[in-house]
Amino acid sequence: MAADTAAIAIPSSVVDAKRRNARDARADGLFRWIVAAAGFFVLLTLTGAALSMLWGGREALSTFGFSFLWSTDWDAVNHKFGALVPIYGTLVTALIAMLIAVPVSFGIALFLTEVAPNWMRQPVGAAIELLAGIPSIIYGMWGLFVFVPIMGEYINPWLNDHIGTWPVIGALFRGPPLGIGMLTAGIVLAIMVIPFISSVMREVFLTVPTRLKESAYALGSTTWEVVWDIVLPYTRSAVIGGIFLGLGRALGETMAVTFVLGNAHRLSASLLEPGNSIAATIANEFTEADSDIYRSSLIALGFLLFVVTFIVLSFAKLMLNRLSRQEGVK
Amino acid sequence: MSDVSERLYRKRRLINAWNLVASGACAAFGIFWLVWILWTTLKTGIAAMKPALFYEMTPPPGSDGGIANALFGSLVMSLGAILIGTPIGVAAGTYLAEFAKKRAIGEAIRFVNDILLSAPSIVLGLFVYTLVVRQTGHFSGYAGALALALIVLPVVVRTTDEMLQLVPSQMREAALSLGVPQWKVTLQVLYRSALPGIMTGILLALARISGETAPLLFTALNNQYWTNDLNSPMASVPVVIFQYAMSPYESWHSLAWAGAFVVTVFVLLLSVLSRAILLRNKVSND
Repeated sequence: MAADTAAIAIPSSVVDAKRRNARDARADGLFRWIVAAAGFFVLLTLTGAALSMLWGGREALSTFGFSFLWSTDWDAVNHKFGALVPIYGTLVTALIAMLIAVPVSFGIALFLTEVAPNWMRQPVGAAIELLAGIPSIIYGMWGLFVFVPIMGEYINPWLNDHIGTWPVIGALFRGPPLGIGMLTAGIVLAIMVIPFISSVMREVFLTVPTRLKESAYALGSTTWEVVWDIVLPYTRSAVIGGIFLGLGRALGETMAVTFVLGNAHRLSASLLEPGNSIAATIANEFTEADSDIYRSSLIALGFLLFVVTFIVLSFAKLMLNRLSRQEGVK
Repeated sequence: MSDVSERLYRKRRLINAWNLVASGACAAFGIFWLVWILWTTLKTGIAAMKPALFYEMTPPPGSDGGIANALFGSLVMSLGAILIGTPIGVAAGTYLAEFAKKRAIGEAIRFVNDILLSAPSIVLGLFVYTLVVRQTGHFSGYAGALALALIVLPVVVRTTDEMLQLVPSQMREAALSLGVPQWKVTLQVLYRSALPGIMTGILLALARISGETAPLLFTALNNQYWTNDLNSPMASVPVVIFQYAMSPYESWHSLAWAGAFVVTVFVLLLSVLSRAILLRNKVSND
């Protein structure tokens, strides 16, 4: 530092200045290379993860071929593995989660942007976001020790007696009152993704120009009509993006689901039966896998999960970008 | 005629009132779970707290003990993850904000980073397993730290990128016009002004990894004993919680709740702290 000031204070010879310029240019070039390398490291991480799992799962994928996708076998003794049960469990639990979380998140976003008095918005919003900060293992423990007994004792028998007797959809709600199962996992997942979806919705609802809303109010719209006919269409793509962001989370969530899903490799129509999901299968069985083909099958499952979440999250990102682009154009 | 419009008006008002009340119910629904989960964790956790937690090792089935080795393992691996993830993340964020702001490559990296941000953490665990554990032939604390670093990375990249973009361009131009080279402008002017934001990002990343279980399951594995050796399997609080909560033993359950309590309090403190840093910074900017 002292040397620099001295160099500035005394008008040095042209040679000195040239040398300094060259030095600065070299340092700048080096700096640029370092940060660019770090940037590419991010790209490398994602592609590396995909390729390494494809590589790790190659044995399972080449042995079982496409039947890996729709076989329900999961037999460690005879080395026969199929992914259908975990895929089914993953999709069903995520679907239940979205059925609950999407309307609730919309309600929360509506409440925080249009309904709640001003003094309430900040603390309620912070509380909902706090829900996102709780580690998933806490959800899992709470689910196992607190929520599962309640499901088993009250909710499952009630569902059995009431909805279980209905035609067609009754089959979904008939089952033993175990408490653990796909419905429980779906509900816990819903609680976990609500803060993600609602915070995206809330943010994009706030971007709607006040002029637009006020013109609707001036025409005599009620608050609900403004939200449903003005705010929602204006932010549609970003809202869909937020929903898919939540879906991506729900598909890949591991610990909370592992605790309450029951780890049962059985395909059952009832939501009250224990099942399995891709992430839960990997978490439960990976360290116990005693043969190469077993381990490879689990890694292949991870690869499937990666591909699915990649597609879902990419779609979410594209939809979210669409709104900001539309904002920029105006 | 006016009767019809009166009825329509009343119907619209009713729908409106119903939906607004429902939205309030949704917010109450969200807060209900938060309170329930936190209350359970705090109540059961405090009941399970004891001094031995912090100086005794994880016990074999059925006997009493603490989680000192797990706390130490979590601490070491989290710090390691921050030490690996932060420099790379800050550098990558700098690249995005300062060198590739509007370029296609910048957009691509941002896209991938956002996906990494919400990618399932168990997948990152599998990645590190094939990359490190498979190659070295054993589970290790290093592998655990690396897996956690991959979770830290996108958080830090994102916040650094955003915070640097918030720095007014006049600041860059003023410094550059004095003849300061760009690396010096970045290190001494931009980072200084974006520091609170970047710190927040690091704290948020720390909060996120301190409860992460899935990536540690098959990288650091677990260890019943104290170990200073990062090259051997290491215990961590979340993995111990997982193992103990799934067990049939009452004493293990209570240790798991104590661990859950410690993790939850730590995570909540971190998120309050990071909020405070951001808020203070906002006020000073105004």
